[in-house]
Amino acid sequence: MTSAPAGAASIALRELTKSYGAVRVVDGVDLDVPAGQLVALLGPSGCGKTTTLRMVAGLLPPTAGDVAFDGRSVVRLPAERRPVAMVFQKSLLFPNMTVAANVGFGLRMRRVKRADVRARVAEMLDLVQLPGYEDRRVGELSGGQEQRVSLARALVVGPQVLLLDEPLSQLDAGLRVDMRDLVRRVQREVGVTTVFVTHDQEEAVALADGVALMLDGRIEQYAAPRELYERPATVRVARFFGGRNFFAGTVVGGIWRGALGEVPVPGAPDGPGTLTIRPEAVRLGAQGIPAIVRSGDYRGTHIRLAADAGGTEVCIVVPPTGAPALGERVCLELPPASCTVLRG
Amino acid sequence: MSRSVTRVVPLSLLLLGLLVPFVPLVMWTFAAEWRFPAIVPQQLTTRSLHVLAAPSSQVLHGLVTSTVIAVTVAAVGCLIGLSAGRALGLYAFRGKRVVQFLMLAPVIVPGLAVTLGIQVLFIRYGLADTVAGVVLVHLVPTVPYVTLVMASVFANYDIGYEEQARVLGAGPLQVFRTVTLPAVLPGLAVAALFAFLISWSEYILTLLVGGGVVRTLPLLLFAYVRGNDTAVAAALSLVIVLPPLLLLGLTARFLTRTDSPVVGFGRV
Repeated sequence: MTSAPAGAASIALRELTKSYGAVRVVDGVDLDVPAGQLVALLGPSGCGKTTTLRMVAGLLPPTAGDVAFDGRSVVRLPAERRPVAMVFQKSLLFPNMTVAANVGFGLRMRRVKRADVRARVAEMLDLVQLPGYEDRRVGELSGGQEQRVSLARALVVGPQVLLLDEPLSQLDAGLRVDMRDLVRRVQREVGVTTVFVTHDQEEAVALADGVALMLDGRIEQYAAPRELYERPATVRVARFFGGRNFFAGTVVGGIWRGALGEVPVPGAPDGPGTLTIRPEAVRLGAQGIPAIVRSGDYRGTHIRLAADAGGTEVCIVVPPTGAPALGERVCLELPPASCTVLRG
Repeated sequence: MSRSVTRVVPLSLLLLGLLVPFVPLVMWTFAAEWRFPAIVPQQLTTRSLHVLAAPSSQVLHGLVTSTVIAVTVAAVGCLIGLSAGRALGLYAFRGKRVVQFLMLAPVIVPGLAVTLGIQVLFIRYGLADTVAGVVLVHLVPTVPYVTLVMASVFANYDIGYEEQARVLGAGPLQVFRTVTLPAVLPGLAVAALFAFLISWSEYILTLLVGGGVVRTLPLLLFAYVRGNDTAVAAALSLVIVLPPLLLLGLTARFLTRTDSPVVGFGRV
């Protein structure tokens, strides 16, 4: 493999801000991406994640703050002089060029010799599993092939930073999963520092070394995927990742007290706190909090139950086989290891 | 069969309508004697061609002058239209509606009224009676059309391609050459054709600013028409019609392409 970039750069965003009039679309974002890692910038549409990416690329000047690669500020460099390459939501293949001319575009802009361009293009097409596609017209490609050519075109220049702006969002569900794996494999192989913008939490969790959840222009939590699921920092993070159970209460001496009774939460600071537990972590057992099953939604791989525990609704996910019937009395166990207390 | 009829009949009518006006022109060109009520000239001659071919007719000079002016107007007009059309088609800015209206103003206001005012300025700055002055005044009716065409081209243009090129390392000039220009070229060709045609057939503005010193083909034509030499006037008309027809043939593929952004003039 000869396509490793000259050096994958670490990325540091400091107080990065973009305002349009009084609206702060990106509001003081701090983010560190270690060299060679793939970090997902996750968030609902309109949260400022694409705006952030465009500022990293140099396509949009920040209102305030700094973007640094390997500790050196690039904020004054125009897009074409930054060591970045970017793949957009639309493949944006130049329609007047062949696949080879598209992939070789960045090298031609750098005045690389023709023979070298040809060799590098072939190498990149191999990497994205489209060997021999050089002479195809852009219009002959399928959506997945287009995005693979687009990825090859970005990687051919040996960028230190690769920016992906929802590159898979316009593909069919099945293809999206295949492409996700391809992106992950190619990124590992090339070793380029990558920021992947997506609104799809499953995609972010499957792909990334780290996930930065962005809400309303700020990074709400930046952690390993598993930590976001299991140790959300705020109620909003837990909600974004499908959390449904939030119970207001008070912590005194490592014990949470609220509508569901008492739950041991070792290490949690005293004061008001919201207890949360993922629906799939709630167990149905012989003893525990008594509840009545009120509704059940069949979801194929699982059933989502709503149980009434003395006036408090608890959401539970169980396997389809052996699920309790509607109106059945059950006992809910909340394993302490799965319980988290959140502020606010 | 019915399909071929529905295609052939209107096409033939269209061609007929386009070509019939040329028939009397050709006949007048070669007519030595053609009196009422004869349908065709009684006597034929090539005198008019000899008159035009003679150096004293100034036709060659007029052809060169007309070509220089029309090509320059098309080139300068396209440069202005390219940037103005991009601004109007791609970007939102304060006062866009006012600019759009002002762009159209020269088409709405009679050119003559504007030129009478301009002429005073041109005389002061030494532009009267010069080719440069005529080029400038031809731009007045040309720029609105060129800008309109380019604005509709850019209204359907995806600036994402330019951003993609930039993040792949293309500088501003490289972006223009490799991405922007190929994308807008069909529209630009049509705009250039319009500019050329407007300048080529302009008479009043050329006369006022050129003061009869800058003699383009239309000016020569009017001189022959006034001189009552119908045969020479008809021959000269054919000379004037040929170059635009040639250009039209060259740009026809841009005009008739179904994916052409110029069709219907977009949303402006």
